[in-house]
Amino acid sequence: MQDTQDLRRVVIEPVTRVEGHGKVTILLDEQNKVKQARLHIVEFRGFERFIQGRPYTEAPVLVQRLCGICPVSHHLAAAKAMDLVVGVDKLTPTAEKMRRLMHYGQMFQSHSLHFFHLASPDLLFGFDADVAIRNVIGVAAKHRDLAVQGVMMRKYGQEIIKATAGKKIHGTGAIPGGINKNLSIEERDSFLKDIDQMTEWSRGALKIAKDYTVENLEAVAPFGSFDSNHLSLIREDGAMDLYHGNLRAIDAQGGKIFDQVDYQNYLDYIAEDVRDWSYMKFPFIKSLGVDDGWYRVGPLARVNACDFIDTPEAEAARKEFMAVTDGKPNNLTMAYHWARMIETLHSIEKIRELLEDPDLQGTDLVVKGDRRPEGVGLIEAPRGTLFHHYRVNENDQVEMANLIVSTTSNNEPMNRAVSKVAMDHISGKAEITEGLLNHIEVAIRAYDPCLSCATHALGKMPLVVRLVDAEGNEVAKKST
Amino acid sequence: MAKPKVATTSLAGCFGCHMSILDIDDRILDLVEIIDFDKSPINDIKEFTGECLVGIVEGGCANEENVRVLQDFRKHCKILISLGDCAINGGLPAMRNTIPLKECLDEAYLNGPSVHNSTGKIPNDPEIPLLLDKVYPCHEVVKVDYHLPGCPPSAETIWQALTALLTDKPLELPYELIKYD
Ligand code: SF4
Repeated sequence: MQDTQDLRRVVIEPVTRVEGHGKVTILLDEQNKVKQARLHIVEFRGFERFIQGRPYTEAPVLVQRLCGICPVSHHLAAAKAMDLVVGVDKLTPTAEKMRRLMHYGQMFQSHSLHFFHLASPDLLFGFDADVAIRNVIGVAAKHRDLAVQGVMMRKYGQEIIKATAGKKIHGTGAIPGGINKNLSIEERDSFLKDIDQMTEWSRGALKIAKDYTVENLEAVAPFGSFDSNHLSLIREDGAMDLYHGNLRAIDAQGGKIFDQVDYQNYLDYIAEDVRDWSYMKFPFIKSLGVDDGWYRVGPLARVNACDFIDTPEAEAARKEFMAVTDGKPNNLTMAYHWARMIETLHSIEKIRELLEDPDLQGTDLVVKGDRRPEGVGLIEAPRGTLFHHYRVNENDQVEMANLIVSTTSNNEPMNRAVSKVAMDHISGKAEITEGLLNHIEVAIRAYDPCLSCATHALGKMPLVVRLVDAEGNEVAKKST
Repeated sequence: MAKPKVATTSLAGCFGCHMSILDIDDRILDLVEIIDFDKSPINDIKEFTGECLVGIVEGGCANEENVRVLQDFRKHCKILISLGDCAINGGLPAMRNTIPLKECLDEAYLNGPSVHNSTGKIPNDPEIPLLLDKVYPCHEVVKVDYHLPGCPPSAETIWQALTALLTDKPLELPYELIKYD
């Protein structure tokens, strides 16, 4: 990239400590005021098309190659859709609980990875910290115990995935109508041995995230924040349920937009807008329209949307969280980190509950039923509500696949966060430092986006920030 | 003596191979005693800081940007490793090689049941990079020194290979580490 005379261009290349890559462009007027800021997603994979013709039994194994960070979520969402295709509405207790264990293991490892490996350097060292220490190895140098905790928590989740799915990454545990193994007593005992330690560390991580938010509330509250709707799966009694439930959408004040919607009918409620400047689509609630119907998903949305959490420590933490906003939904972008750690503690409480359940040693693993042509499977993935929808023909081939990936739902919110940070921190500034650019990355990172998932991506592109003046000329460029 | 440097990148892959590197777990803390990580998605080093001993590449080449990054890796790394099936033979992304790209785009942006596309336009901003006609394995683009197969290769395989390379010992992988699903 060469400098052209008086034109300056800002480049963050590639965006780091997020999964996948994107590009940000910022439009400035004559006074260097930000007119527009956009997150472009520049990847495309074409998954919906090339899965057509594949046998439906392959789908749960194939689709997880969309994403090596949360493969279990894709694996299970596809399996849930294929349960319906093979005519199964209810799994055996062993199958359902093994899948849940796999899923909570995934939640635990993914949230730990994000908090300790990707996000903590910003929280511990500040957004402007020296780039040399702003990484997990920097964390290890200054807070070795924290780095070790992060690594060991992630390992624990990965080991649970291995015990339930056969492999840590891209396993094969779930099959249409059930699961292909149970949990042995030895496996169970090896997890129970460490569970007190994992719970203790989860409490510690939650405290870091909470204290960070509360102590810096003045700075954190406006950072990339705005009011929004929130969407999540919810259990019939209103409890948080990360594996299964019905759809609930609330507005920024907590009013219900819809509730207890059977997700088989998701097409009546959700659509995705296409814009020519991004490969990632823009989902919205149909009744509110494209302009007002966008919503957030993920830990923040889930903690906001549920009526309660059915494990005691996470529920106590949720109450503390809601108290900050007087029981109304919390709309702070940076509060994602706190909500994520509430879910981490919830996940380890759930894992303990499941491990203590003898159903996991059951031997009744698969149910059979009458074939149907179509199925929709939803799950609360670490990054938010994940939709998988398949139609299968009489030759057992996938005929249609529609995927609305968690990060896609956060597309509009991430764009708004980028805009907000650009307005508040870059607008009107003549010099754009590396630290300022990291502010934009911090806002994107709060969503823990998986841009690879979101576009079912074909290639990876760096996140690039360009400053463009009112006439459309590039005015700033910076290689960091 | 300065520690040898190791760089990693993800091209058209799913990050699963990088996750498998992290699955060496606490040994990563031993690893950083003997090497320095250079350019990698897990830190904030965005450009090479110098010559690296080892470059690890996940994913094949699906667009022009992948090619540029791969060539840059070749230039800066003494030893280049293709990590995982995507880097070695295109992997899952190469499933699109038999399908016209337009059909893939139409399905995602025009035909999908939840699509709302009032203009009928398919994303085509100048910011979006040129896609290659096919997904190419890395060794068809640059010279690759070692291949570690698997989707992803297990953490143990990666650990054994890396430590053998770094200590100049021969690599002997037991059967369990080279059987694939
Ligand atoms: S080889 Fe497998 S794990 Fe590695 S990037 Fe490709 S799909 Fe992901």
